[in-house]
Amino acid sequence: MKIRALLAAALAAISFSVAFPASAQQPIKIGMSMPQTGALAGGGQAALVALRMWVEDINAKGGLLGRKVEFIAYDDQTNPANVPGIYTKLLEVDKVDLLIAPYGTVPTAAIMPMVKQRGLLLMGNFSFQVNRTVQHDMWFNNAPWNNAASWFDGYIATGKKLGATTIAFLAADQEFAQNLANGARELAKQAGLKTVYDQNYPPTTTDFSSLIRAIRQANADLVFVASYPNDSVAIIRSVNEIGVGSNVKLFGGGMVGLQFTPNMVNLGSLLNGVINYNTYVPGMNYPGIEDYFARYAKKAAEAKVDPLGYYITPYNYAIGQMLEQAINATKSLDHKRLADYLRKNEMKTIVGPIRYGPDGEWANPRVVQAQFRGVADKDTEQWKKPGRQVVISPDSVKTGEIVAPFEKARK
Amino acid sequence: MFSLDLLFEALLFGVLLGCFYAAVSIGLSVSFGLLDVPHVAHPAIMVLGSYGTWIIAGKLGWDPLLAGAVLMIPFFLLGVAIYRFYYEVFEKRGTDAGVRGLAFFFGLAFIIEVGLILAFGVDQRSVEAAYIGKSFQVGEYRIPMRMVVAFAVALILTFSLSFYLSKTFTGRAIKAVAQDEPALRLMGANPVRIKQWAFGIATGVSALAGAMLIIISPVEPAIDRLYIGRTFCVVVLAGLGSMTGTLAAGLILGIVESIVLMLFGASWAPAVAFSLLLIVLGIRPQGLFGR
Amino acid sequence: MKFWIGAAITVVVGVGLPLMPLNEYLFYAGYMVLSFVVLATAWNILGGYAGYVNFGPPAFFGIGAYSAVLLFKWLQAPLVVQIAGAALMGGLLGFGVGLLTLRLRGIFFAIATVAVVFIMETLMVNWRYVGGATGLQILRPPVEVFDTYTRMLFAVMTVMSVAAVAIARYIQVSWIGRGLRALRDSEDAAECSGVPTLKLKLFACAVSGALMAAAGAPMPMYLSFIEPASTFNLSYTIAALGSAIIGGMVHWAGPIIGAILLGTLQQVVTVTISSEINVLVVGVLLVVFVVAAPEGILGLIKKYFPGKK
Repeated sequence: MKIRALLAAALAAISFSVAFPASAQQPIKIGMSMPQTGALAGGGQAALVALRMWVEDINAKGGLLGRKVEFIAYDDQTNPANVPGIYTKLLEVDKVDLLIAPYGTVPTAAIMPMVKQRGLLLMGNFSFQVNRTVQHDMWFNNAPWNNAASWFDGYIATGKKLGATTIAFLAADQEFAQNLANGARELAKQAGLKTVYDQNYPPTTTDFSSLIRAIRQANADLVFVASYPNDSVAIIRSVNEIGVGSNVKLFGGGMVGLQFTPNMVNLGSLLNGVINYNTYVPGMNYPGIEDYFARYAKKAAEAKVDPLGYYITPYNYAIGQMLEQAINATKSLDHKRLADYLRKNEMKTIVGPIRYGPDGEWANPRVVQAQFRGVADKDTEQWKKPGRQVVISPDSVKTGEIVAPFEKARK
Repeated sequence: MFSLDLLFEALLFGVLLGCFYAAVSIGLSVSFGLLDVPHVAHPAIMVLGSYGTWIIAGKLGWDPLLAGAVLMIPFFLLGVAIYRFYYEVFEKRGTDAGVRGLAFFFGLAFIIEVGLILAFGVDQRSVEAAYIGKSFQVGEYRIPMRMVVAFAVALILTFSLSFYLSKTFTGRAIKAVAQDEPALRLMGANPVRIKQWAFGIATGVSALAGAMLIIISPVEPAIDRLYIGRTFCVVVLAGLGSMTGTLAAGLILGIVESIVLMLFGASWAPAVAFSLLLIVLGIRPQGLFGR
Repeated sequence: MKFWIGAAITVVVGVGLPLMPLNEYLFYAGYMVLSFVVLATAWNILGGYAGYVNFGPPAFFGIGAYSAVLLFKWLQAPLVVQIAGAALMGGLLGFGVGLLTLRLRGIFFAIATVAVVFIMETLMVNWRYVGGATGLQILRPPVEVFDTYTRMLFAVMTVMSVAAVAIARYIQVSWIGRGLRALRDSEDAAECSGVPTLKLKLFACAVSGALMAAAGAPMPMYLSFIEPASTFNLSYTIAALGSAIIGGMVHWAGPIIGAILLGTLQQVVTVTISSEINVLVVGVLLVVFVVAAPEGILGLIKKYFPGKK
């Protein structure tokens, strides 16, 4: 009991000294947890470089509302169990003014109820449909997708053009993959495809031989996979080890992690033939993006992370840009007013204009489905030129035709 | 989806996997089965071996099995040290040692696991070798080469250890000390030195087991928790102290796991070893070939 | 009498503090420390008094948490009902584990309890209704009396700790405790002297299990999120085991001292350094105490201050 009383007194003293309203010269604190280790580390570390770059840029311009911006990021290890504690610490101990969500659906799902109950603005970071059940009205996701159709329509359309009638689903049992797979299953049914195989696997699975064998046995035309980086890599390796059957026309679709440069370089030619979603491939034109990548590459080299940073980093930089525009326009840090602004306005970012729908997702999705072709082993430079990822869908940014069946495209 | 083809492949895979399970449990068969040491830290030490293999194979570019073999020597010494410490602090002092010995090894397992996280992070680690990623084509079936390599090494390991324990002098002394320590003492041998030597061997073998582990699949520090179930299941099912029993028990576990995987899916696989363990403990605690 | 006065004061402080304008994080961290007190006290009934080392606290903690989630999702049950339901399930599981391991002792008992943890986890992973491996987001009804859930749960957990300690104390001083001690010293001798060892063991398993489950019941409300991997995490074992051993296993005060010390240390380290190091700290302390001071802090106090009780 004595110990508890002492602790109470000590913490009370600390909290009183910190709780007084910030003077005008106090920095604006933006806080988040970011997966720097664990499954999403490949993207998380790169995203952090982009966010820190934005903080530097904004402070060089004089900060926001005349105050410097301070950025606090902890490592949640891609473990949703760590996230509520970290965000409680950010709010109660670090006393941050603004929150950014962790990268990824799985870590973010853990704090959605908390931010909704406390009425806090949360800037989403590449999660998929994580606001679906909670329906928080102060959530704004930076990712260029909204629902499953934005990912899956292109995949299905391509499949149907090739005459496919059956489909197999392989999805990790976690928030992201389940959200995606559930949406995809609905759409497949509507498109008249017959499901011949449907399996969820525990997220800690490392050996996929039996699952791949079963898929081969099922003899599907299309194989749609929703997976996280570790599983995606293991699945690709397993497919190359034991094969998935000569009947399969399309393989892939929703595999996270095949967009992280280290994975792309390590897997190399094992990727050929796989069709997968992406947010940016070289050749896509957004004003200012080339310049951004040049600056990013320098910082990434210093931090020894993903040197290209195509997939997620510009979208993290965009979070900063959106916050900047909202804060400067409303001249406040009040979460409600910022949320109002973000909901009503179109914002200009280095990944193009962003406008939000009522659920906090993009009104106009911009996901592409691209097929890996002609990839060589252990070559980072090859990814900088267009051509290794041939965009199959949507038609507006298409750069080539699909090569099927899958086994043929792998040669 | 149930077909004869899938069943056969599952059985095949189960046999390969089962031998691997036997190999990783054989160290425990000696340390717990023969020496009665409550060694719940056995899987953690094996994972330590995996990381050691990863470092050596990564930095020096060696084949992981070679790295594992080389690690056997420092691990042997580590085993001797651990047993010596355990003996001095716990075994000498008697009854209450049960609780404390268990707590000690549990604490040790945690320290190793967290130490690995602090040193290397929670990310998965794997090694590369010529035989990882390719497969043998046998008729309709494609068998991953890495499984066959692990299978072969496991068989060699199990038979060598079995041979050592039954045919060599020190080996038989180890078995003797397990059976009847006072008698051994009366014959002039020093049981503590023999047990120390045995524990060292068990730990050395764990290093090679760790190498096989990282060949078969990527490892991360917390993987030791799952293997507590698998290794103890094999050792208890085999019957304490039986080496050939370990191979048989490993095969049984491997095949059961593989079939459950095929029939019910990957989400039930972790429970197989633990359920089998509970069943054996409930019905026939002395195992198949117990002493 | 002294005990009950102390208990009353603790309850008053535990309920009063959250009503004062202190930093929220104090209660966030304090809740965890108090749940360790309950966990360690419950563990000690079987581990310290009877000598059966239980590696399975996560199984009971987890069944408590998931029972609470089930009751909440299915019946919108209030917290009190959730805790009661959780305790019931924990007691049943404890009884079941006791039956299953009737003839097992020492390391066999311990390994069997580890098996129960993983089997429970696998069951929850495969049960979609409570979220499966993905987990469940929990939208809590508005909180009453207190400002936030964290504060309310802190108060609830204080009351629970006092109740758990009271139960442990009763067991310790009653004939049940004497029987358990006889069991610990020598099960065979106890049986021969007519001690109903089987019944006592089942009783200890059930009570221990029920209390550990009760400790887990408020977790889903605390985090507003639940998923199997962290709920059934073996770190709860090392927390319970460690607290009891470090505090001292023979007396009900031991687990309290151990849990508060360990829990507070863990929280401070998590906030200042990292959450990994805190598990390392617990592990190292456990090993140090097991080797050098097996009677725990209580034992050290007895050794160096022989007059003091």
